[in-house]
Amino acid sequence: MRKTLFEKLWELHLVRDLGGGIGLLAIDRIFLHERTGSVALKSLAASGRTVLDPHRVFCTMDHIVDTLPGRGDDTRMPGGKAFITETRAAALQAGIRLFDVRDPQQGIVHVVSPELGIVLPGATVVCPDSHTCTQGAMGALAWGIGSTEAEHALATGTLRVNRPKTMRVSFEGRLAPGVTAKDLSLLLLSTHGAVGGNGYAVEYAGAAVRALEIEARLTLCNMATEFSAMTGMIAADQRTFEYLEGREYAPHGAAWDAALAQWQSLHSDSGATFDREIQFDVTTLPPMVTWGTSPQHAVPVTGRVPDQASSGATPEAYERALQYMDVTPGTAMQDLSIGAAFIGSCTNSRISDLRRAAAVLKGRRVAPHVRAIVVPGSMTVKRAAEAEGLHEVFLAAGFEWRESGCSMCFYAGGESFGARQRVVSSTNRNFESRQGPETRTHIASPETVAASAIAGRLADARSIAA
Amino acid sequence: MQPFTTLTAVAAPLLRANVDTDAIIPSREMKTVGKTGLADGLFAGWRYTAIGGREPNPQFVLNQGAFAGARILLSGDNFGCGSSREHAVWALHEYGFRAVVAPSYSPIFYGNCIRNGIVPVRLAADSIASIASWVQLDPRQHLVTVDLMQCRVQAGSAFDFKFDIEPEPRLMLLEGLDGIDLTLKSRPLIEAFLERDRRGRPWIYLDAKP
Repeated sequence: MRKTLFEKLWELHLVRDLGGGIGLLAIDRIFLHERTGSVALKSLAASGRTVLDPHRVFCTMDHIVDTLPGRGDDTRMPGGKAFITETRAAALQAGIRLFDVRDPQQGIVHVVSPELGIVLPGATVVCPDSHTCTQGAMGALAWGIGSTEAEHALATGTLRVNRPKTMRVSFEGRLAPGVTAKDLSLLLLSTHGAVGGNGYAVEYAGAAVRALEIEARLTLCNMATEFSAMTGMIAADQRTFEYLEGREYAPHGAAWDAALAQWQSLHSDSGATFDREIQFDVTTLPPMVTWGTSPQHAVPVTGRVPDQASSGATPEAYERALQYMDVTPGTAMQDLSIGAAFIGSCTNSRISDLRRAAAVLKGRRVAPHVRAIVVPGSMTVKRAAEAEGLHEVFLAAGFEWRESGCSMCFYAGGESFGARQRVVSSTNRNFESRQGPETRTHIASPETVAASAIAGRLADARSIAA
Repeated sequence: MQPFTTLTAVAAPLLRANVDTDAIIPSREMKTVGKTGLADGLFAGWRYTAIGGREPNPQFVLNQGAFAGARILLSGDNFGCGSSREHAVWALHEYGFRAVVAPSYSPIFYGNCIRNGIVPVRLAADSIASIASWVQLDPRQHLVTVDLMQCRVQAGSAFDFKFDIEPEPRLMLLEGLDGIDLTLKSRPLIEAFLERDRRGRPWIYLDAKP
């Protein structure tokens, strides 16, 4: 029987078949953050239950914590401090590893977990955070859940999971220079829609995926939730093993050898069948950018705001998006003037993202009317960037250089880019008011953000970095 | 959790695709570490005239008198997409909603509904559009019934649609079951799994780590 990677991971963790397509799955790693994990820990304690295995539960401060230099427990978000102090108290009581505000390993959950080897190939990983699918890039089964489900996982070490169908998305060919995993995500969303993956666990495959470095794979899997999929995943391979070896929570010595032997079998068998297959040849793919208010509203950065017929949106959604974004059909994307640029988030804040953005920015200045901010995904990333002098490139170009966290990927009542401000952002969501009241977000890769910051309008990094 | 069997109530149409959880409950409205105090912030960005304000926007469906007390929400594809925040479901529940009718849901939002006594009904978009048109004629008289026993949505004598829901979520909603209690009945199986797995995949277990 030829099996898909998903089927192998499902069977490996199946404690009990509950019937009706539901499986009781063992959960190997639980990650929490102060925004939604705090309420799970508090609610668990209030019910008199305890964490089944605290050694496999981790918590970070990323969503609410400020990213301004000199930060502490106070945040610009009204009421934010309580999320931090209550999470700290609950984590201490539960006896779990907390990456606290001043911890040198603090950072965004989906950046910290891979860089410390907490997520492993073949592991099940859950977190009350929709972008947990990011971690599927390590060959794991990783998905976002609610706070009540997090409480369930904490108490029982399991979850009752509705078994999804399987989909393989193959990106064949070879990405051109300056075209990235982010552009693959936007290509998929613009072609098959923001609900295209609904009901599926998606495996990304193909030559262009195999060629991606691990950090780029994390970017690709990150936006599986924007595709409405349960998760995205990429089979672990030699790159994955090399990335993980020696990381703090990864196995060492004989345990590493035993783990490696198992991990090497965790891929879809040749001839395994998926419920759905999607294929792209990405050799001529240009960088992508969004024009509207759903991640599916994406076009080439060299393109134009589409008309309704080619937009993939319903007439009502299309009109609403045009109005909100203040764009007109036929306008060249590169004619849209921007007021702000943001590099960060669980999608694109790793050291390779910062290196690529810095390469575009080196020796250049952001346009005078643009506010530009870069937020490393973890303090580990921040230190690595500073050791390479990347911070000096960003600062010289006119970017703010921040402490790590989710920062301005979303607006929680604190910092924002201002009403009707047009922002180019390396994040994952361009929803109405996501980054601030009435803020107009254009999602793109870090290099597109950097190039746009310099140009003061949406720009193609390939024409700047030459 | 309150069991759900059948509900006949005012239904409010919000026929947009991709209604995300940021729209259902903006992050700025999640002010305390808890599950309550969220109804006021429900759809805040659309419901009020200004961000952070509380002056009702008369254009928004829930501010129109005919839809006061609505307990069923009619909406579009991919409802509840975006952030995993369960606060979206808590806010809907606290406001009074007990059922959502949409063509599809984000998987996380769907699971959150099941765990909080809100029935996420899946119906075809054209069926929902027909119900919405009929409701609009006279929202307070044209009530909609969500029957979880029969898995049907009925709208007067005009419409009667069957919907699909997986057996376990249906049972959890019908009986108001707590997932943790249910799972703890499998405790011996969980313990046996862990013992076996610890031998097969020792690297997963971190308690022995120096």
